[in-house]
Amino acid sequence: MVTDDAGQGGTAAGQDNNAGHQGGAGHNMVQLITPAGERVSHPEYDPWVRDVSDEQLCSLYEDLVVIRRIDKEATALQRQGELGLWPPLLGQEASQVGSVRSLRDDDFIFPSYRENGVAYCRGVDLADILRVWRGAASGGWDPYAVNMAIPQIVIGAQTLHATGYAMGIQNDGADSAAIVYFGDGATSEGDVNEAMVFAASFQVPLVFFCQNNHWAISEPVRLQSHTQLVDRGAGFGIPSMRVDGNDVLAVMAATRVALDRARRGGGPTFIEAVTYRMGPHTTADDPTRYRDPNELEDWAAKDPIGRVHALLDRKGLFTAEFEAGVRTKADAVARELRAGCVGMPDPEPLDVFKHVYSTPNSWLDRQQDHYSRYLASFGDPAGATQEKGAR
Amino acid sequence: MTQMTFARAINSGLRRSLDNDPKVLLMGEDIGTLGGVFRVTDGLQKDFGKHRVVDTPLAESGIVGTAVGLAYRGYRPVVEIQFDGFVYPAFDQIVSQVAKMHYRSRGAVKMPITIRIPFGGGIGSPEHHSESPEAYFAHTAGLRVVTPASPQDAHTMIQQAISCDDPVVFFEPKRRYHDKGEVDESLDPNSATPMGQARVVTDGSDVTLVAYGPLVKTARDAATAAADEGVSVEVIDLRSLAPVDFATVEASVRKTGRLVITHEAGQSGGLGAEVAASITERCFYHLEAAPVRITGFDVPYPYSKVEMHHLPNLDRILDGVDRALGRPNSLSGLEG
Repeated sequence: MVTDDAGQGGTAAGQDNNAGHQGGAGHNMVQLITPAGERVSHPEYDPWVRDVSDEQLCSLYEDLVVIRRIDKEATALQRQGELGLWPPLLGQEASQVGSVRSLRDDDFIFPSYRENGVAYCRGVDLADILRVWRGAASGGWDPYAVNMAIPQIVIGAQTLHATGYAMGIQNDGADSAAIVYFGDGATSEGDVNEAMVFAASFQVPLVFFCQNNHWAISEPVRLQSHTQLVDRGAGFGIPSMRVDGNDVLAVMAATRVALDRARRGGGPTFIEAVTYRMGPHTTADDPTRYRDPNELEDWAAKDPIGRVHALLDRKGLFTAEFEAGVRTKADAVARELRAGCVGMPDPEPLDVFKHVYSTPNSWLDRQQDHYSRYLASFGDPAGATQEKGAR
Repeated sequence: MTQMTFARAINSGLRRSLDNDPKVLLMGEDIGTLGGVFRVTDGLQKDFGKHRVVDTPLAESGIVGTAVGLAYRGYRPVVEIQFDGFVYPAFDQIVSQVAKMHYRSRGAVKMPITIRIPFGGGIGSPEHHSESPEAYFAHTAGLRVVTPASPQDAHTMIQQAISCDDPVVFFEPKRRYHDKGEVDESLDPNSATPMGQARVVTDGSDVTLVAYGPLVKTARDAATAAADEGVSVEVIDLRSLAPVDFATVEASVRKTGRLVITHEAGQSGGLGAEVAASITERCFYHLEAAPVRITGFDVPYPYSKVEMHHLPNLDRILDGVDRALGRPNSLSGLEG
């Protein structure tokens, strides 16, 4: 069964992005689990998730819950002054889990700054996820250790990096793929459009994964596009899919279709995952200034976690024991996250000079030398004895 | 040694880099079949194939942004921006991504990208085809900015730029593309003068004249003319604009006590200001006069029928030398 937006449940159709403001061809949205937790069949997409066992479904549920818990804990850490800022992904868990859990280890991920759920599933160290937001580094992890680029703040810039990386995969004759995450607001950026031109022209193995969370800070998606975002792909000659981004199975099926196409030399795919940012843009934002509270309520009824919960319940898998296990895991991750955050050492003063260049630079060497003499003039052994950083 | 044009010397350097390292690839608009609008990449696609010499869509941010991704994957991309005035759409990718990725990733991700930009005026082009945007890039931490002034330097410095693990903005003085010079193609770039080092072009004892790129030839001509008047001018070709090799300039100014800097770019906030300030800091007590700047004006690059007024020429440079020497000059009397 293919549902359209009106059948997505709740009363949010009027708010959704193909109603009224956004015309276009009106792609049907792929959905495999309804908000009520009913598993609906879809002849085209079912085969792509037929192998997902009950056990794996339970594991996906655990991911969703743990990621929401990470989000909650990080928000608390920000409120307690331990983080300078945090970009919550509340509501977008299924989009992130369903896509990242479809990847192979050798596939490379280019995230924006909100893919904390993707980073968790990819095995990024929990403290490293927070490092940027604590202000202790600009990039938290070694991209080559997890095949995931560091967070990107400049909207849409990473879509070009992913395209170039995929050109490299193609040149290498490898059968891996790249995936790039971006939001609805990013689709207005020139870089995203240039990336689609390059990706289509060179037919590179890349998945454009657009999380349409309906808001770019305070600007609604209707300000970004007069058509459904999914229709953007067609203009570039890129096959496109519109999926229920709050449905972890539907996202998984769509991503697997796209990855399969990429590996077989079929070029890029554009996926619009229709989801909703239930929290603020960042902890510095106040969505009550621009958002109708009814809209939030409508989307809460389509919660990505609630529907898997309901599905597991229907299957008799949501036992007290299972629930307790998931809670224990989430608690443990939250504890580890907090410990990693508060236990993170502050950078040294001369770290500011590190890694600007990989080879010596006479301008910077002189400035570092002068500043280290200045620090030493206070008799501060930390400043005086610190060795020159590698750069 | 072979006589060849500046453009041919870069072509030969690119060819050597493509030959020596399978991870080197070239990207840009019209660089393949056409060989580039200045023919700098002539014949390279034919010999190395479409995956090593890539004709790209017309999108400058796309060209540089995809190069970032290729570098992420371990490639060493060499991108061509067709003209100086077309680099601005790629500015964000260059200053926010190329320049900062190594820092942001704490050294994990290298960005060995070479960005070739034909720059400067004097060829009678319409607007956007004659600009000197080097100061924007020299001001950006994480980038290296260089410009060769002779065919030999063009040949070796392009290879050094490509093998450098840091990103290099490589400005090619387009009005010198057809100048010929002796080039030793077998010169090992590792044993040649490093691209970060300035070069004393002409020895002199009265005035230090600093130039780079297209104006090195003009500066040398000015020194020859000055010698006829009994003034000994030491000409320095900076070669690297970020970082500037101040040690070489400093040694010269300590000897001559006077400094003149010339460039085509507008004066305010330009490289001349940086050289004047830094040299004043370093050898204030050796200076006999205030440093003098002979530059383009703070105007959009003018249309070709008046560009000769904007571009520093031999006479303007000599006027500046007179100023540094306290000899009668166009601004005599103004200092009081």
